[in-house]
Amino acid sequence: MKRGLSAPLRKWMAHVSVCEKCSYENSFPIDGGNYDNAGQVSGKIKTILKDMGIGNNVVRMVAVITYESEINIVSYARQGMIRLHVLPEHIEIEAVDEGPGISDIHLAMQQGWSTATDKIREMGFGAGMGLNNIRNFSDIFHISSDVGSGTRLKMIIHIQQEQNC
Amino acid sequence: MTLQEIRDLLNADILTGGNQMQAEVISAFSADMMSDLLAFGSAGSLLLTRMTSPQVIRTSDILDIAAIVMVRGKIPPPEVIQLADELNVTILATRFLQFEAAGRLYANGLRGNIDQADERHAAV
Repeated sequence: MKRGLSAPLRKWMAHVSVCEKCSYENSFPIDGGNYDNAGQVSGKIKTILKDMGIGNNVVRMVAVITYESEINIVSYARQGMIRLHVLPEHIEIEAVDEGPGISDIHLAMQQGWSTATDKIREMGFGAGMGLNNIRNFSDIFHISSDVGSGTRLKMIIHIQQEQNC
Repeated sequence: MTLQEIRDLLNADILTGGNQMQAEVISAFSADMMSDLLAFGSAGSLLLTRMTSPQVIRTSDILDIAAIVMVRGKIPPPEVIQLADELNVTILATRFLQFEAAGRLYANGLRGNIDQADERHAAV
């Protein structure tokens, strides 16, 4: 820090530097049906957050949320993407896909309800717990869907102060 | 309990992570559905599973699982072992069935990370 700066300016500059360090935004495309790579994007996101110094609990929550979202896109959609936006106090995740959509969201959110194919079950998924896991690991969870068009999930996870960068 | 002790108790082969045998395992659980694993798994715990798919490796990596024990003599294909190597996921393989493997570990002091599902999970 330069000596000549006033105290308020020094404080502001310190704040900016923390924010820049803690901020990150990126979108990751995901191909529907590409089971071989299912999980790659969430693995990448986990590494990014760890490298940013985000606390283990938050990293784990985001990793589970993005992994379940990624598996849903691979399993059910033609294509999609996960957008990650890290801010100093919270992390926003959006999972957007182009696919068949969900006609009854209330039913889809019930545990045990699933339209999984044999291929999905072979991988160990399709127990009807994915959306519930995503909701349980999120501080704020929102789902919307248009039949024939696609599904959009938005999740927010708060970063506790001591876990901040 | 160390991975070496677990290896001895289960007469297991090391498929990956041979340099991790002194690592301490704090608890264990058993799951075959990945969503169960994601719901109940915890960092530093041992996973007993019948699954040998790439997804069991990726899910274990996401959760920072200490090691996977693949039971009843199932050996994953080479590409799965390679993926585990890349992601630093340790795999042991035992011929014991899942119940027997879990029983031997429990009898020697290793405990589950969660002993009962809560009401939300029990509904499935």
